[in-house]
Amino acid sequence: MIRIDSVTKRYPDGTVAVDRLSLEIPDRSITVLVGPSGCGKTTTLRMINRMVEPTEGTITLDGVDIMKQPVNTLRRSMGYVIQNAGLFQHRTIIDNIATVPRMLGWGKDKARARAGELMERVGLDSALAKRYPYQLSGGQQQRVGVARALAADPPVLLMDEPFSAVDPIVRKGLQDELLRIQEELGKTIVFVTHDIDEAVKLGTMVAVMRTGGHLAQFAPPAELLTDPADAFVEDFLGADRGIRRLSFFPSAGLELLTAPIVAVDATAEQIAARATGDAPYLLVTDLDGKPLGWAEPGELTAGEIRQDQLLACGRPFVAGKESLRAALDCAVLSPTGWAVAVDGEGRAAGVVSQQTIGEAIRGAHAERRADGKTDGKKDSRDSKGSKKDGTTEKAAR
Amino acid sequence: MNVLNYIDAFFSDSAHWQGYDGIPTRLAEHIQYTLEALAIAAAVGLPVGLLTGHTGRGGNILALIATAGRALPSFGLMVLMFVLLGLGLAPVMIPLVVLAIPPILVTTYEAMRSVDPAPVDAARGMGMAETEVLFRVELPVALPLILSGLRSAAIQIVSTATIAAYVSFGGLGRYIVDGLYQRDYEKVVGGATLVAALALVTLGVFWAAGRLSVSRGVRRA
Ligand SMILES: Nc1ncnc2c1ncn2[C@@H]1O[C@H](COP(=O)(O)OP(=O)(O)OP(=O)(O)O)[C@@H](O)[C@H]1O
Ligand SMILES: [Mg+2]
Repeated sequence: MIRIDSVTKRYPDGTVAVDRLSLEIPDRSITVLVGPSGCGKTTTLRMINRMVEPTEGTITLDGVDIMKQPVNTLRRSMGYVIQNAGLFQHRTIIDNIATVPRMLGWGKDKARARAGELMERVGLDSALAKRYPYQLSGGQQQRVGVARALAADPPVLLMDEPFSAVDPIVRKGLQDELLRIQEELGKTIVFVTHDIDEAVKLGTMVAVMRTGGHLAQFAPPAELLTDPADAFVEDFLGADRGIRRLSFFPSAGLELLTAPIVAVDATAEQIAARATGDAPYLLVTDLDGKPLGWAEPGELTAGEIRQDQLLACGRPFVAGKESLRAALDCAVLSPTGWAVAVDGEGRAAGVVSQQTIGEAIRGAHAERRADGKTDGKKDSRDSKGSKKDGTTEKAAR
Repeated sequence: MNVLNYIDAFFSDSAHWQGYDGIPTRLAEHIQYTLEALAIAAAVGLPVGLLTGHTGRGGNILALIATAGRALPSFGLMVLMFVLLGLGLAPVMIPLVVLAIPPILVTTYEAMRSVDPAPVDAARGMGMAETEVLFRVELPVALPLILSGLRSAAIQIVSTATIAAYVSFGGLGRYIVDGLYQRDYEKVVGGATLVAALALVTLGVFWAAGRLSVSRGVRRA
C-alpha cells in the first residue's frame, strides 16, 4: 500500500503545490487524483516516484519510507506513463517497450519477447513493432507508453493524464483497455486526470483535490456522486450528477416484461395472445430473437410483417450487465418510451417502460438510504441526500 | 587565359603530383591539420556543450565565450601566437581550434536544449541514471544538430588551415601563398580548387556520418 502522510510540497519559488495531504492508496485498484488545473495532482503523483521530493511529511510503500531506498530502484518498481507518452523517438516501438527490462539487465531477445507480449496485451498490432514513434497515431503511442510502463511488471503504475491528448473515441478505447489490464494484472494504479467522468469511470477510489493542494474528498465514485463533501466537490462533479450516479445502480433488479415480444414469423393467434395490454406496443424480433422494431398490435398482419413498417427500437441495453443509466437512456431514446433489454448474445430478453425504470431508481435510492442509516456517520448527510434524490428523480423522468 | 585553363594546367602538370610539394603530400598535410584541430576542438566543445545542455546551466557564459571566440581574427591570432611561441605547430593549431570551438560548443548546447523534455522526463521516471539519460535518450535525438555544428567547424578549419603556409607550414595553403609570391596564378588557382574540393568532400563525409549514426526515427526518412 502507498501511504501519503501529511505531505507538503513547497517549490523553491514559494508556491505551495500540495498542502498537508494524507491519502491511503489501496493495493491492486485504481486510485484517481482529480481536480482543477494547478491543484497539485502532478506534484502529488511525482512525489510517489520521487521525481519531486516532498518538503514535509512522508510517503511509504508497503510500510517502507520511499526516501530510504535508492531512487532508481524505487522508480524501476513503478511504471510511469505521461501525457503524450514521451516515447524515445530514436528507438523502434519494440525497443521502447523493452527499455526497462534492458535496464534491469535482461538479454536483448528476452526483453524483446517480453515487449512483444505487452504489445499484444495493450492491443497493438505486432506489425508495428519495427516502426518508429513518429509512424504511430497518438492513441497508438499512448498504448506503447502503457506497455513500456508495464514491461518489467512493476506492482505500481503511475499515470499522469495519459489519455488527455487523444480524441474521445480513442480515449474511451484506452480507458476500457486500462480497466481490462487492471482486471487481468491487478496493479496498484495511481491515475491523474482533470476529467471527472474519466475519474468516475476508472476509479476504485477518487481523490478530489482543490486548488492549493488540499484534499476535498476521498471516496469511491458512487459515494462521491451521492454524497459530495461540500459545494466545491458538488460543483466539480457537474450538473448531471444524478444521472451519472445511475451508472452505479445495476439493472439486474429491473422487472422485464417478456409477454409483448413476437417473432417476425408469428401467427395471428400468437400476435393476439401476446397483445395482453401490458404494453401498448409489441416488440418484433427476427428468427434468432434479435430485436427488429416496435409496432402496435393492430398494425401487424401475420405472415406479412416487414421491417420497414416497424418503429426503430434503437440501442438496447444488456440486462443485468449494464446499469440503470443505460436502461434509462435506452427508454428515453426509444420512440415508444420503452427500453429493450437483450442478453449477452443480443437476443431480446424483455422490455421495460420508463415508469418501471423510474420505480427501480426510487427503489435503489431508498435502499442506499437505508444502508446509510445503519452507518451512523452518514446520518448528518441524509437529509441533504434525500433532497438531492428528489431532484434526481425529476431529472430522470 | 581563364580560370578553367589554370585549373587544367595545374592538375595536368605531372610535377604537381609528386615530391614534398606534390598534391598528395600537401593534401595529406592539410587533412592532418584539419583532423587534429577538429579533434581538439571537439574534445573541448562536445563535453562542455553536452553537459551544459543536459543540465541547462551556464548557457549565458557559453554564449559570451562563443561570441568572443567568433570575434577573434584567426590570421591575427596566428601571427600573435607565432610572435609569442615562435616557430611550431602550436601557433597554427591554436587559431584553428579557437575558430572551431564556438560552432561546436554552441550547437551542441542548443541541440541538447532542444530535445523534447517529455521522453527525458519519462526516462528519469523509469529509473534511468543521469549518464544514461544523457547518452541514451538526449544524445541520439540531438545528434543531427550536433553533427551540423561539427560540420561547420570542419569546413571552417579546412578553409582557414591555408594560413599555416604563412608560418612556413605545409598544407594546401602552400600553393596559394607560394603562387602569390611567385606570381604563379596556375598554382594559386590550383590550390584554391583543392581547398574547395576538400570542403565538399568534408560535407560528404558528414552527410554519410549522419546517415550511419542518426536513427531513422529521428531522421524521419
Ligand atoms: N517546478 C515548479 N516550480 C514552481 N511551481 C511549480 C512547479 N511545478 C508546479 N508548480 C506549481 O504548483 C502548483 C501545482 O502544480 P501541478 O503541476 O501539480 O498541478 P496539476 O494539478 O497537475 O495541474 P494540471 O491539471 O494543469 O496539470 C501549480 O500552481 C504550479 O504552478
Ligand atoms: Mg498536471
